[in-house]
Amino acid sequence: MIRVENLSVIFHAGGREVRAAEGVSFTVAKGETFGIVGESGSGKSTLLRAIAGLVPSTSTALEVDGQPAARRRSRADRRKLQFVFQDPYASLHPRKTVDDILREPLEIHREGEIDERVAAAIADVGLLPIHRFRYPHQLSGGQRQRVAIARALILRPPILLLDEPTSALDVSVQAEILNLLARLRQSYSLTSILVSHDLAVVAHLCDRIAIMQLGRLVEVISADNLRTGNVSADYTRKLIAASQGFTRVPA
Amino acid sequence: MSEAPLLTVEDLEVSFPGRTGVTRAVRNASFTLGRERLGIVGESGSGKTTMGRSLLGLLPRTAQVTAKTMSYEGTDLLACSERDWQKLRGRRMSMVMQDPKYSLNPVQTVGRQISETALLHLKSDHKDARRRTLAMLEAVQIRDPELVYGLYPHQLSGGMGQRVMIAMMLIAEPDLLIADEPTSALDVTVQNEVLRILDDLVRDRGMGLILISHNLTMVSSFCDRVLIMYAGRIVEEIAARDLQHARHPYTRALVAATPSLTVRRAELATVTRDPEWLK
Repeated sequence: MIRVENLSVIFHAGGREVRAAEGVSFTVAKGETFGIVGESGSGKSTLLRAIAGLVPSTSTALEVDGQPAARRRSRADRRKLQFVFQDPYASLHPRKTVDDILREPLEIHREGEIDERVAAAIADVGLLPIHRFRYPHQLSGGQRQRVAIARALILRPPILLLDEPTSALDVSVQAEILNLLARLRQSYSLTSILVSHDLAVVAHLCDRIAIMQLGRLVEVISADNLRTGNVSADYTRKLIAASQGFTRVPA
Repeated sequence: MSEAPLLTVEDLEVSFPGRTGVTRAVRNASFTLGRERLGIVGESGSGKTTMGRSLLGLLPRTAQVTAKTMSYEGTDLLACSERDWQKLRGRRMSMVMQDPKYSLNPVQTVGRQISETALLHLKSDHKDARRRTLAMLEAVQIRDPELVYGLYPHQLSGGMGQRVMIAMMLIAEPDLLIADEPTSALDVTVQNEVLRILDDLVRDRGMGLILISHNLTMVSSFCDRVLIMYAGRIVEEIAARDLQHARHPYTRALVAATPSLTVRRAELATVTRDPEWLK
């Protein structure tokens, strides 16, 4: 479904080269949920943006939905990939209602039955009809993230890209959103890539997980191997140990 | 605990009057703190930061703070004037805030900011303040204190910024440190390094530490005791190692809603809020 081969993203800042991603290769099968974890600055979000064509990249191959992805994406290309961002406060237009926000992608892609589809999308993500004409500031963080997910799915894309979708949320709200994502990927038969700094979140939702460090892909492991600690790279081991909480060195 | 507690709080209430009525941010909270690590866990809006700030007299003027008892090493915190607070804060109690980016002065070098505390509270001269600052930077494991002394906050990474904050708060050697989400803005591997520094300081100096966080895994692995807050109340007090066997339904729901790195769960439990918890 997605094939990335030898992908690099290089930013130029003040005459210097910053290699945000370098020589990254992996594939994501149809229906799979693929995770990318790493610390800040490891290039995980950049990688996701490169797949969506939001930042320029170089690669020997970049295929989305079996087709080579063009440098400039057409409207049809763009609807195949939809994005959910980290901050539900920043990713929704503050002066548009939920109805406007969900209507926009359908109008851009000249779809019909807009009213019905907006209503269905709202119900699909567990919001109520009364939320339809509210503004983002009238919704809680969890409700906003539901709107962002509804907006991403309203065009029925085959691929969903999730960039830290629950990092700004409380544990109880995070659980609701993760459950919602697990349910939706079934009913929409989605292929998705989830980027997160939280190993537990990724282990919970994903089948296979790529570990990134300083722009490079350290290794790709299965969720089961992540849970049992059956990994080959030292960095992955260090990350797992750190995620399991604080360990006191006996004095 | 046999020795007298550092801090005793009984029936603490903090409320904010507003246009639509009074918001009760903290509701009859009672606890004590000895020379130990106490965790306060809760979701956003549960009142954990407000409670922490009330202990340092750092709430806005509009806040109404009442309590049966609120005393720190024999000082009645309820009767403190602004002058009294200034004597307490820095020298005897201190607070590390969440985000070094917003809590450090951007136009002053970190060395000057840390020395300021020493000049003010320890009545050091400039030479002594500089010496103490460098020693403190070393104590929080900054590799090249001389270099970092002259840097501005924007030149530091998140982890270094947080260490600088800790250095600034600890230079006057307070007996009580309140750390409000001190590691939330940091990467996991750096998180543990910062916690280790706090841990050593608690042990070596016999400090009391209150760690405020939303992260159950971190708090239960770091602290001795944990208070769980929900809607301004302390709903449960529990030994950190027993968190997995909590009794209160809210605590249990929080534990069950946290994704686990080791156990596979088909679905995460969601929290069903019971109005009974507020009674």
